[in-house]
Amino acid sequence: MPQLVFKWEWLPKLAQGLTLTAEITATCIAIGIVLGLILALGRVYGRHIFYWLASAYVQFFRGTPLLVQLLMVYYGLPSWGISLSPFISGILAMGLNTAAYQAEYFRGAIQSIKAGQMLAARSIGLSRSQAIRYVILPQALRLVIPPWSNELIYMLKYSSIVYMVTVMDLMGVARVIAARNFRFFEVFIITALIYLALVLIISWLLRLLERRVKIPGLGAER
Amino acid sequence: MASNVILKVEDIHKRYGREEVLRGVSFSLFKGETKVIIGPSGTGKSTLLRCINRLTPPDRGRVWLDGVEVSHPKTNINKIRAAIGFVFQDFNLFTHLNALDNVRLGLLKIKRLDKKKATEIAMMELERVGLAEKAKAYPAELSGGQQQRVSIARALAMDPKVILFDEPTSALDPELIGEVLEVMTDLARAGMTMVVVSHEMGFARSVADEIIFMEGGVIVEQGSPEQLFTNPRQKRTGEFLRKITELYGEAS
Amino acid sequence: MIVFRGLPGLFQASLLNIALLFGLIGLGFVVGIPIALFQVYGNRLLGGVASAWEWFFRGVPELVLLFLFFFGSAQLGLKISAFVAATLALGFRSSAYQSQIFRGAIQAIPKGQMMAAHSIGLSRWQAIRYIILPQALRLAIPPWSNEFSSVIKDTTLAYAIGVNEITRYARFITERHYRLAMAVYLVVALIFLLFTYLGNRLLGTLEHALRVPGFEAKAARAAGEHG
Repeated sequence: MPQLVFKWEWLPKLAQGLTLTAEITATCIAIGIVLGLILALGRVYGRHIFYWLASAYVQFFRGTPLLVQLLMVYYGLPSWGISLSPFISGILAMGLNTAAYQAEYFRGAIQSIKAGQMLAARSIGLSRSQAIRYVILPQALRLVIPPWSNELIYMLKYSSIVYMVTVMDLMGVARVIAARNFRFFEVFIITALIYLALVLIISWLLRLLERRVKIPGLGAER
Repeated sequence: MASNVILKVEDIHKRYGREEVLRGVSFSLFKGETKVIIGPSGTGKSTLLRCINRLTPPDRGRVWLDGVEVSHPKTNINKIRAAIGFVFQDFNLFTHLNALDNVRLGLLKIKRLDKKKATEIAMMELERVGLAEKAKAYPAELSGGQQQRVSIARALAMDPKVILFDEPTSALDPELIGEVLEVMTDLARAGMTMVVVSHEMGFARSVADEIIFMEGGVIVEQGSPEQLFTNPRQKRTGEFLRKITELYGEAS
Repeated sequence: MIVFRGLPGLFQASLLNIALLFGLIGLGFVVGIPIALFQVYGNRLLGGVASAWEWFFRGVPELVLLFLFFFGSAQLGLKISAFVAATLALGFRSSAYQSQIFRGAIQAIPKGQMMAAHSIGLSRWQAIRYIILPQALRLAIPPWSNEFSSVIKDTTLAYAIGVNEITRYARFITERHYRLAMAVYLVVALIFLLFTYLGNRLLGTLEHALRVPGFEAKAARAAGEHG
């Protein structure tokens, strides 16, 4: 049995990487929410070109690997004269990617709201966009929390991909420490445990959020 | 006389949480006999049936099938169950198998018959319940009455020593009850040994050799249909029979 | 032009993605079924081990798993190829997701089916084999398709440990012809769109072939898994 090694000095370095991981995940999720909502509305209520564009976007980003998307942004865009830093490339690729997935969750939630809600909203004189804003979305956004939680956890895990374009996130730092000490097993077990802990914390926070905004009757029929 | 006893149930107790559903039930079933168990809902009739072949293990009490103690820990319960047919209230046909395969499964996997022989027997049993032409239909393509008849064929195919019927017509639309009762009546007349939990008083009266009236987890009274319907010994029996006859009608 | 000359190479490299896909999804299936069965029917020990397995492989990023299985095992003295390491790491990850799918399907089958199976004398194991699994696997096809589309894309992550799959080959081209980077990656993207499409067609055919009346209603397709 080979000797296992652990050094305390690894932890502060990993913590630094962790900060970056958190930043990247939070930023790309935020981009994804805004863009995802626009895409979802485009796919549910949009007409012609807008519907078509939104659908093509979702198809493309869900049908191709995130790694390929990242390499497109980081190595591909410069060939078109647009050069972005590794950090920005990472956030952009991940944000564009998660937007497509979030759009599908939003769309599913919007479409699960009964048609009567829109009719009732219009019957009291709300415009279509008012009805969406004041009646449909407040319900849909509550329904979307459970699938959306999965997406957040996915993005946390997938954010590790940015190390491939030299960003020193948790994964990037872990790789450097492991390679320098040739301690891949120990370092990556620790890294795995850190990710697992983050997943636990996020799931717990989101369950808390779900309970906070819960309304009786909504979502019961699902 | 004792040699004719095929099923013996002794002092069955069963409790769900705080509620004691069965509080000591005993009876004997003779070869070729049809016993009908009646009583208000929630009296533990269905639980009693399930305790017999241990689909629900009883807390206390013993059961013998043809001299073998079912409740003995060393008894191979699967072998016993194969010899006790069971017909469920909601049919429970295997959803992914057509009628023929539903009937054939036990013959192939338990009795290990070859496919030809198994098919032959299964088709014979489907014929017996009048559904040979539906052999290839899936449960979802059959009416409730047809599904229940297939499930009776499934039980018959195993050549059981006794068949337990758990309210076989309760989940059926009224117009479909007749076809199932008809099959059951034929079986009883052909000498099959049966225990039937049912609210069908017409069937009980004309087919049962003995009726057991249960209430509150115990047997209140048992006797011939003639005696229970015309001259019950217990006041409760008379009350229940009057009420149920008003509710369901005398004959089916 | 160079993009076109690179095409055969890209397609050839993509065969490794396909091989990895079949390896990992097969491993995930073979491991995922018992994990699901332990969770539903196992005793506390087996159920607990199965749940821990699922929790670990669902919560750890693929890349961390790849590094653990390839570099980590090398450090511990186990010599396995990058391809095998990728199959194990991604396969075990998939087993965790597949077990969740199968568990859901098993639990969706009415209790009466098991009871009816017992009533004709089938043992627990026989009932699982002849009654529960044939039904559960049919119910599982739509969510399983999502996992399938998701892992096709995840095969590219094997790039990280040096498997010569398609993105690595694309990188190899673009390192020498950096002006073509976007075009080459777009071609790679199109190849994946094609794979995803073909995969869905294949699974649709499978679902149709195994169709049994009474199952259509339940076979609602869940929203997509990630990749």
